[in-house]
Amino acid sequence: MKGMEGDVKIGLEVHVQMTSLKTKLFCGCSSDYRGKEPNTLVCPVCLGLPGSLPVLNKKAVEYAVMAALALNCEISDRMLFFRKNYFYPDLPKNFQITQYDRAGGVPLARNGYLYLDFEGRRRKIRISRIHLEEDPGRLVHLGSIDRSPYTLVDYNRSGVALLEIVTKPDIRSPREARIFLQKLRSILEHLGIFDGGLEGAMRCDANISIAGGTRVEVKNISSFKEVERALSFEITRQRGLLEKGIMVKRETRHWDEARRVTVSLRTKETEQDYRYFPELDLVPVELKEEFIEKVKAEMPELPDKRVERFISQYGLPRYDASVLVSSKALADFFEEAVRLYNKPKEISNWMMSDLLRYLYENNLELHESKITPAKLVEMIKLIDEGVISGKIAKRILPKIIVTGKSPSEIVREEGMVKISDLEFLENLITRIFAENPKAVNDALINEKAAHYLVGQLMKATEGKADPVLSSQLIMKRLEKLRRERGIK
Amino acid sequence: MGGSRRIPVEEIRHIAELAHIELTKEEEIVFTEQFNRILEYFSMIDEADTENVPLTYHVLDLVNVYREDEVHESMKRDEPLRNASKKEGRFFKSPRIV
Repeated sequence: MKGMEGDVKIGLEVHVQMTSLKTKLFCGCSSDYRGKEPNTLVCPVCLGLPGSLPVLNKKAVEYAVMAALALNCEISDRMLFFRKNYFYPDLPKNFQITQYDRAGGVPLARNGYLYLDFEGRRRKIRISRIHLEEDPGRLVHLGSIDRSPYTLVDYNRSGVALLEIVTKPDIRSPREARIFLQKLRSILEHLGIFDGGLEGAMRCDANISIAGGTRVEVKNISSFKEVERALSFEITRQRGLLEKGIMVKRETRHWDEARRVTVSLRTKETEQDYRYFPELDLVPVELKEEFIEKVKAEMPELPDKRVERFISQYGLPRYDASVLVSSKALADFFEEAVRLYNKPKEISNWMMSDLLRYLYENNLELHESKITPAKLVEMIKLIDEGVISGKIAKRILPKIIVTGKSPSEIVREEGMVKISDLEFLENLITRIFAENPKAVNDALINEKAAHYLVGQLMKATEGKADPVLSSQLIMKRLEKLRRERGIK
Repeated sequence: MGGSRRIPVEEIRHIAELAHIELTKEEEIVFTEQFNRILEYFSMIDEADTENVPLTYHVLDLVNVYREDEVHESMKRDEPLRNASKKEGRFFKSPRIV
């Protein structure tokens, strides 16, 4: 794969909404803004009206501390908020309340890491810092962003609590960036502070450089599905320039999701000058030892622990366990299915192979599909009870995923019940033997060649023949022929 | 230490740009003069010995002022846009940015 050559350095700046919070970071407006009428979840604080006073959401601090602990960070004993000044209507105050790590500022947490199991290796990705800040409002442009005559603003999202998580440039490929975001998402979901299925709940910017080039920032990456595409494009672009002996310009580029390209943003030199200064409307936050201990005590099971439990409790191979736990939804699905039918290995196998492959190939997430643990279990039971073959199940599964119909309903509708009618199968075998004299002769001498005949039988029944029974019947028929013809 | 650093007129232009303020040539000169006078005045503070004094971030002796994560009613439906000079439907309207 392109871009895996090991001379690539990627650092991510991830913005995560703590979607489990009911209210915004500094006011009591509901943070459940998706699908709401514009400018209905606003108040003087998140509209930045004069005289209004922000007050910090306690739960947001608890959640942030939880995330910092899960990412092995050092937590500051005292943290401050800063104003980041800029002229952009997505925040009505002309500044964003955020944290800063210079000028006496201290972010919530620093110096963490997480481990990725990637391509058979354990990789450590360091986290430089985590801080709390407010989400800006939503801008709507008529037509394209550079043609629109004006901008429309909806402040419902303005003030929603964000965690900004910044990594060191430890990531080596677009694929690894995606795995990192997946793991991060899984951790935050296990903590119960985040639902990655919500649109725009996880966004990121990336810093990327290739040896011999310059660092380029790519903004506006809207999900972990997009990160791989955006970074692959950017690596190809930079490599193309370097190969032609052209300098890579140090700049900020914008990921255009629709066109799947990064485009240069016309930047003025002054743009990075945010004139940070302390937010005096908020008082310092002291994160005392006992508070942190209390949060620690309430922390739920994290993905790495859950992987170990899946291995010991269900006897799964490490690889399977870590794939299932790569998403909380997937791991929960698995455990619910096992609760309904105590066959962890079978359930895991079906999930690992056919279910995940289908989701991956169709770029779907589990929650976007219509399959439930109960339906998967029902399908496996149909196999175990001998009603359908595994081959038929493979054909049914995508139909369950797409339609959400019950497996028995699909089997009935499509006449997929396994054929174990002896007379029917015997007649069919007679016909297949007659049509394939050479294959029969081969099979008489070499048992392995009989697979071809079984295959023909399955083909003739569109996979509906009972595979075990069919194979037995064919072997019996061959044995009979051997006796008749005097072959040993 | 020492308040001898003078800020040049270029820096005044830069600050004006950040603040989205247009200055005439004359105003640039006036502001450069005034900024430097202010900074000179502040340079007196530099003479104080602050070796072991912690950074003052906040003058209030308060920490950890929190609210619970409970939803409060937002503004009434028509209130937010009532004073907006430019709007369209339920949106605030602003000049194009990029």
